[in-house]
Amino acid sequence: MNLRSNAADEAFRREVASWLEQHLSGEFAQLRHRGGPGDEHSFVEERKAWERELARGGWTCIGWPQSHGGRGATIEQQVIFNEEYARAGGPGRIGHIGETLMGPTLIAYGSAEQQARYLPGIREGREFWCQGYSEPSAGSDLGNVKTRAELDADSGQWRINGQKVWTSWATESDYCFVIARTQPGSVGHKGLGFFMVALDQPGVTIRPIEQLTGSAEFNEVFFDDALCSAEDLIGGPEQGWQVAMALLGFERGVSTLGQQMLFQNELDQVVAAARDNGADRDPIIRQRIADAHIGLRIMRYNSMRMLAGGEDGSLSKEAMIYKLYWSSWHRNLGNLAMDVLGAEAQLLDGDGYQLSRLQGLFLYSRADTIYGGTNQIQRNLIAERALGMPREPRG
Amino acid sequence: MEFRFSQEQQMIFDTAAAYLAQTSDSSAVRAAMVAPHGYDRAAWQRQCEEMFWQGLLVPESCDGLGLGFVEAIGLLEKMGERLACTPFISSAVVVTSALNRAASGAQQQHYFAELLAGKTATLAYQGQTRRWDASAVTAQLTTSGDGWQLDGNYALVPHGSGADYLLLAARDERGALQLALLPSATPGLTVVNQPTMDQTRPLASVSAVAVQVTAGQLLNNGQCCAQLLNELIDIAAIAVAADQVGGAQQSLNMAVDYTQERVQFGRTIASFQAIKHKAADMMLKVEAARSVLYYAACVADEWRLAEADAESLAQAAAMAKSYCSDAYYFVAGSALQLFGGVGITSEYDIQLYFKRAKSTESFYGDGSYHRERVAAQLLDSSCEVAL
Ligand SMILES: Cc1cc2nc3c(=O)[nH]c(=O)nc-3n(C[C@H](O)[C@H](O)[C@H](O)COP(=O)(O)OP(=O)(O)OC[C@H]3O[C@@H](n4cnc5c(N)ncnc54)[C@H](O)[C@@H]3O)c2cc1C
Repeated sequence: MNLRSNAADEAFRREVASWLEQHLSGEFAQLRHRGGPGDEHSFVEERKAWERELARGGWTCIGWPQSHGGRGATIEQQVIFNEEYARAGGPGRIGHIGETLMGPTLIAYGSAEQQARYLPGIREGREFWCQGYSEPSAGSDLGNVKTRAELDADSGQWRINGQKVWTSWATESDYCFVIARTQPGSVGHKGLGFFMVALDQPGVTIRPIEQLTGSAEFNEVFFDDALCSAEDLIGGPEQGWQVAMALLGFERGVSTLGQQMLFQNELDQVVAAARDNGADRDPIIRQRIADAHIGLRIMRYNSMRMLAGGEDGSLSKEAMIYKLYWSSWHRNLGNLAMDVLGAEAQLLDGDGYQLSRLQGLFLYSRADTIYGGTNQIQRNLIAERALGMPREPRG
Repeated sequence: MEFRFSQEQQMIFDTAAAYLAQTSDSSAVRAAMVAPHGYDRAAWQRQCEEMFWQGLLVPESCDGLGLGFVEAIGLLEKMGERLACTPFISSAVVVTSALNRAASGAQQQHYFAELLAGKTATLAYQGQTRRWDASAVTAQLTTSGDGWQLDGNYALVPHGSGADYLLLAARDERGALQLALLPSATPGLTVVNQPTMDQTRPLASVSAVAVQVTAGQLLNNGQCCAQLLNELIDIAAIAVAADQVGGAQQSLNMAVDYTQERVQFGRTIASFQAIKHKAADMMLKVEAARSVLYYAACVADEWRLAEADAESLAQAAAMAKSYCSDAYYFVAGSALQLFGGVGITSEYDIQLYFKRAKSTESFYGDGSYHRERVAAQLLDSSCEVAL
C-alpha cells in the first residue's frame, strides 16, 4: 500500500493531458465544460463528433480489455484519464452508457458474434445506447417489468410490446437494451430476457419528459410490435435478470469514475464563489466546504480501494457502499452551492429557464440519489448483501 | 497509488487479531481498566516479549523490525477492535517517531534499547487543553548551571502514569520549543493518574518543578522542535484514527450480530428496515473512514521516509482524524441504540466502545477542529491547493 504513482502512470497522465490539449481545440474548443447535467442537450452533434475524435486517439473505452479494442487500463489509469479529462474541461460524454454499461456487459455475457457486431460501434463513437429498465410499474421493483417479448416462429424475430420510462438519452441513441418478459405469466426475476433493440424502427415511439431543470434528459419509450432479431438477445430468453444485474454492478461501480472527476470542478467553483462573496468567512460554511473537500478525497480513495477487479460486474462487499456514498456527497454539494450563494442563488441568467452551473448542480444532483437504485434500495442491498441481514418481505 | 495490503502485512494483522482475541478480550479489558496505571503492565511486558510490536517502527539498525506506518496502522485497527489497553500509541508510535526523527545516534542507542525491553514513554506537551499543536505548550526551560531547568504543568498525558520516560515540551528563553526526554523518576517530576470516563485510555497530569535537564536529554540537538512537535501530534492523530476505524468496525459487527438474534414482534429486529438502513449507514461510515485512514497511513509513511513534508502530513491527519472521529462516534452511538436497554448496562461491551469513541474523538482534535484546519488550507491561502 503506497501513494507512489509509477513512471508508467505518470507518462500516461502526460499523454492524456497533451492529447486533450491538442484535440480540444479548433471546432471542439467550444465544447469545453459543456454538456454536463442540465446542459445535456447542447452541441449534441458536435459532441458525437468529439466521441469519434476521442476514438481515433484511442481514448474511448480505455478500461476494456485489449482483446476487445480497449487499453486494458487499470482503475488508477481510468481515474487519471478522467481527472485529466475533467481538468481539460472535456464535454459530457454522450457515449458513456455504451462504454461503461453495455460494453462491459457484452464483454462479460455476449457471444463472440454479438461482441463483433456491437463493440466496435461503441468504441468508435458511432453508435449510442440507452437503458430500458424502468417502467411505470417497475422502478425500484425492477422485477415487476411488464414489457413482453414474443418470438415469432416464422421470422425468427422477437416482437416487443410495452412501455419504458425515464429512459435517459433515448432521443440521441441508436439502440436501447431492454428487459422484457419472454415467459407469459412469469413473475419477478424469472422469465425475463435482455434485448438489444434498434430504436430507429416503426414500432418505437419516444417522448421526452421535461425535468425540474427545464431540460429533458429522460424519455418515455413505447414499443408497439418493435422487432429485435434473435441474435440480439444476450444470454438465454430466461437469463435476462442475471445479465441485467451484472450491468447494474457496472452502473454502481466503475462507470461513475468519469462523472466523479467533474465533481472536483464543481467543488472548485463552489469554493471560488465562497471566496468571492465572503461566505468563506462564515464558520459553518467553512466547516461544510472542508467536509465536502474531505468527502471528495475519500471518494477517490474509495475507488482505489474498492473498484479493482470484478470483470463480471460483481461488486465486493465494501464496494456496495460506493453508490450511496457518492450520490449523497453530490446531493449535499448541490445544497452547499446554494447556501454559499445565498438568496442570490435564486437569480436566473436572462430569459427562459437558463440555469447556471451551480443551479443545475443543485437541481440535477437530486436525481443522483434516485437513479441506478435509490439510496433506500442501496441501503437494503448493503444490509442484505454486505451485512447479511434478512431480505425485505415481498407483498 | 496502490491500496492493498501485501500478503506479509495481512499475515501480521491476522496474527495480531488472533493474539488480541485472547489477550484483550472483554474480561482482560475490564481488568486493565481498573488496574493501577490504567493498563496491565505484566500483559504489556508479555506482549513485548511475544509479539515485539514495540519494535515495529524502530529501525533494524537499532534492533527493531524496521517496518512502517502501513503496518502500524493495520495493527492499530486490530487493537481498536479489541479496545486494547496499552501505551502502544504513546510509546511505540509517538515517542518512537520522535526518536527516529530527531535523536542523536547515542540517544537512539540508549532509548531504543529501553523501549525494546518493554519500558514505556509518552509525550506531554499540553498546558492549554483546547489546542492540539505547539501553541498549547506553556512549560518553560530556563538556563541553570551548564544545563537547564524545566518548570510547568501538563494535562491529559496519555498513559502518563507508569510511563518510564516522559517526552516533555517546553519553551526556552529564546522562545524556541524544546523536547526533552527524561526518566519519569527525575527529581521534581510528579505524575498523577487522573480517573477518566473512558477507562480504557488512562490520562495523567504531570508537573515539573525545577527539574534539571542536560544537553544530552534534548532532542534535535537543542534546535527548535516546534515543527517536529506538530508532526508528532499529527502522527498521533492518524494512529488514533486507526484505533477508531477498528472500534467502529467492531461496534458495527456487534450491533449486527445482536440484531440478528433479538426477536421482537415475532421477527428478528434485523429484519426491520429502519434497523437495516441504520446498519447500512454505519457500514458506509466505517468503509469511508477506512479509505481515508489508509491514505493517511501512506502519507505518514512517506513522512517517515522524509518523502512527504509537514504540510502533507497535516492535511492527511486532518482529513483522517475528522472523518474517523465522527464516524466512530456515529457508529458506536448507533450501535448502542440498536442494543436497546442492554446497551445502557455496564455488562454489555458496546458502552465501552461508545466511551472510547467519545474520548478518541476529542483527542488530538475533534472533527470540527480538523475541518477548520482543512478550511484554512483551502480558503485562506492565496494560491490554489494542489489536488
Ligand atoms: C434522472 C434519471 C434518469 C434515469 N435514467 C434511467 C434510464 O436511463 N433507464 C432506466 O431504466 N431508468 C432510469 N431512471 C429510473 C430510475 O432507475 C428509477 O427512477 C429508480 O429506480 C426508482 O424507481 P421509481 O422512480 O419508480 O421510484 P419508486 O421505486 O416508486 O420509489 C419511490 C420511493 O420509494 C422508495 N422505495 C421503493 N422501494 C423501496 C423499498 N423496498 N424499501 C424502501 N424504500 C423503497 C424509493 O427509495 C423512493 O424514495 C432514471 C431516473 C432518473 C431520476
